[in-house]
Amino acid sequence: MPVAVRLDHVSFAYGHGPLVLRDVELEVERGEFVAIAGPNGGGKTTLLRLVLGLEEPASGQIELAAERLAYLPQRAQAGVDAPVTVRELVAAGRAPRARFLGPLRQADREAVREAIERVGLETQADRRLSTLSGGQQQRAFIAKALAADPELLVLDEPTTGVDVEAQESLAALLEQLHRELDVTILYVSHEFGAVERFVERIVLVRGEIVFDGPPSALPGVWHDPSHAHA
Amino acid sequence: MLDLEFMRLAFGAGIVVGLLAPAVGFFLVQRRLSLIGDGIGHVAFAGVALGYLLNLPLVLTALAVSIAGALSIETLRARRTAAGDQALALVFYTGIAGGVVLVSAAGALNVNLFQFLFGSILTVTRSDLAVIAGLGAAALLLIALLYRLLVAVVVDEEGARVAGLPVSLLNALTAALAAVTIALSMRVVGILLIAALMVLPVIAAARIAWSMRSTMVIAMAIGLASVLTGITVAYYADLPPGGTTVLVAAAAVLVAEPIGALRR
Repeated sequence: MPVAVRLDHVSFAYGHGPLVLRDVELEVERGEFVAIAGPNGGGKTTLLRLVLGLEEPASGQIELAAERLAYLPQRAQAGVDAPVTVRELVAAGRAPRARFLGPLRQADREAVREAIERVGLETQADRRLSTLSGGQQQRAFIAKALAADPELLVLDEPTTGVDVEAQESLAALLEQLHRELDVTILYVSHEFGAVERFVERIVLVRGEIVFDGPPSALPGVWHDPSHAHA
Repeated sequence: MLDLEFMRLAFGAGIVVGLLAPAVGFFLVQRRLSLIGDGIGHVAFAGVALGYLLNLPLVLTALAVSIAGALSIETLRARRTAAGDQALALVFYTGIAGGVVLVSAAGALNVNLFQFLFGSILTVTRSDLAVIAGLGAAALLLIALLYRLLVAVVVDEEGARVAGLPVSLLNALTAALAAVTIALSMRVVGILLIAALMVLPVIAAARIAWSMRSTMVIAMAIGLASVLTGITVAYYADLPPGGTTVLVAAAAVLVAEPIGALRR
């Protein structure tokens, strides 16, 4: 399989501070569903930001083969000061694929509608985001990401503040998207939760990569105690 | 009232300013930069002072200096050279201090200056109105064309950057639009109060609107109504239109709050 992301001996520090990541070697193939896990402060989010080009490495090389990227940041919020609707949020995600000037064309409006349907929010499409549950809001942000028809989908702690039931359904949705859309998914979380059942590979980050392999090979002590792995 | 040419000119400028200020302010409020207009307003004061000193058209010097100030704030903020509020404070105080020194050097520390600080219905000339209408219409057209991109940035700036949108350019453009709005509005509302007209109608509209788009449309309607009411009251009560306009906009927030609470 062609490589989607390659990190070659990458190290990173914020300003003149200590290294947050040391000598990271990582290769993600196109179409993989990879969970990046590890303790808080271990460098997971930094790793994502490096992949996305939001930070520059102190040393090493990063190659990104995917051109269409979608990023769901940690604690994504929108419409805090204005009542953004689900459809408006998802249309904002379509902006990079649509013409820059003027209103959305019919085909783009159709893509927005499809993305909303895919996450099961069609009956809430014209509701304000702030009136939806935490789980539904995350689905709306995933629809926003999907509207750009991404090759690489990067999610940072998407289940923070979401109840267990919503976490389960979010994990199932991601598995379905991965299966149907041939999209590479990087999923960052400090706990695996429901997603552990669906990912093909877990990368544990603690300043450096301390484990990289299938969930079944993960040493028992690393498993999330809140979620018994079948 | 409309028999008088200065009132027709004031209303003409007021219509443009009433629509433009909330349209630009909408994007500032969403990005939590509500006070940037205040900072640019103080820089515009330095621009007016420079115009007095060099004997140049005041709207044009205010426009040039405001755009420079707005882009400085945006650059400092974007490069993380200074936190957003520190960047604002730096430009804010440099602007007002520079303005005081320049205006004093020009010997213009007099009542005329008061008109720029708080607005005056007597100061809009025909050539002012032509500049205000031309640049105002161009700014509104630009906002209409770029609306979706600007919304994509305010909804999720990092997501937009990752997806490949020209976020830095759009942010610089928003700052420049704020500067243009302030330079165009200073005759009617005054440079100390124009920022309020960019922000208060948006705050009021967000309380009662049902979407981003409706927030913007309602904010523009409130802005227009505030300016027209403010100028009318200023004419009959012999008050500065900046003060009356902003008080109407503030009243709109007070009215919108309980309406919004009822709907929630």
